[in-house]
Amino acid sequence: MSTIAQRFAPDLAPPRASTAEVGDFFALLKPRVMSLVIFTALVGMVVVHPDVHPVIAAASLLLIAVGAGASGCLNMWWEADIDAVMTRTRTRPIPAGRVTREEALAFGVSLAVGSVLMLGLFANWLAAGLLAFTILFYVVIYSMGLKRLTAQNIVIGGAAGALPPVVAEAAVTGQVSLVGLVLFGIIFLWTPPHFWALALVKSEDYARAGIPMLPNVSGPDETRRQILLYSLILAPFGLLPVALGFGGLVYLAVAGLAGAAMLALSVKVYRVRDGQPAARAAMELFGFSILYVFLPFSALLAEHAFGFFRPVPGLPW
Amino acid sequence: MSVPTPPRSGWTPEELKRRRARSIAIGLALGFLVLMFYAVTIAKLGPQVLNRPL
Repeated sequence: MSTIAQRFAPDLAPPRASTAEVGDFFALLKPRVMSLVIFTALVGMVVVHPDVHPVIAAASLLLIAVGAGASGCLNMWWEADIDAVMTRTRTRPIPAGRVTREEALAFGVSLAVGSVLMLGLFANWLAAGLLAFTILFYVVIYSMGLKRLTAQNIVIGGAAGALPPVVAEAAVTGQVSLVGLVLFGIIFLWTPPHFWALALVKSEDYARAGIPMLPNVSGPDETRRQILLYSLILAPFGLLPVALGFGGLVYLAVAGLAGAAMLALSVKVYRVRDGQPAARAAMELFGFSILYVFLPFSALLAEHAFGFFRPVPGLPW
Repeated sequence: MSVPTPPRSGWTPEELKRRRARSIAIGLALGFLVLMFYAVTIAKLGPQVLNRPL
């Protein structure tokens, strides 16, 4: 028995066997980022109390997650050269040689196109358009453009990571409201201090890869100032859901404390500038910043999905 | 039933094992897609689909 290729082109070398495991393809989707996307998108859905069938909502959530995974996969396809020289990323499937760039490209494009089309068919085309925009923004604007060009790369690129609640709201309501935009704003303002805290510690890694992260371009002192500025804006901005009436007492308490802690850790990063204590302060901020998104969004979920909502007294609405 | 030996040379047993795992994963994903399309179709039709003149 022979294959078609062997029969019609006997001189053709057999294609190289893929050595990828299923887990390698899963790793291409950046599962940790995907879990954050699922969580923030779920909150974006629940907060607006949609009148939509749960099956449609669940399918939409899954497709938003797949779209985010496709973005991660295409990002790894494009940045394989950078990933290979950074200690944090050199064990990823492509630089480690377990998945070829061609395989990653085919996988990423299939998932991206499939998730957008299916979201359009299952939910609506506004949501599909927003998901397509999110994927294109992350892959083309951020990965191919900004990341290697400007120190503001993650500020603008952060928009892609902040869009899932907006896409989710559009999927279950057919529109985008102030609720989705405020959730977008919280994640958008959170992104710079989160990544710059890591960049302060890993600046040599980024420099080796030739990525103009803020600490390499403007120096660690300017980075610390910018981290503090963003945290100063983020802490009060995080309370906007209360002012708009979709954040209750639980949210006020959690977001207030989380904002204060984020601010306190940013002040510490700003003040402690030398040696190991400075690196420790930056890593503390990085670690807590992950919690910063999780805690207030969990409060919103508890209030709107599990009946913990109690309006904040004194508000006129 | 034994697994047929692939015609192409140069595949190690480990690569064959991984290829089989990938094939199973693709099969499961396709099966899940079929179920999802079915469930969404039923959900979109809604109960009114039964309330029509015969």
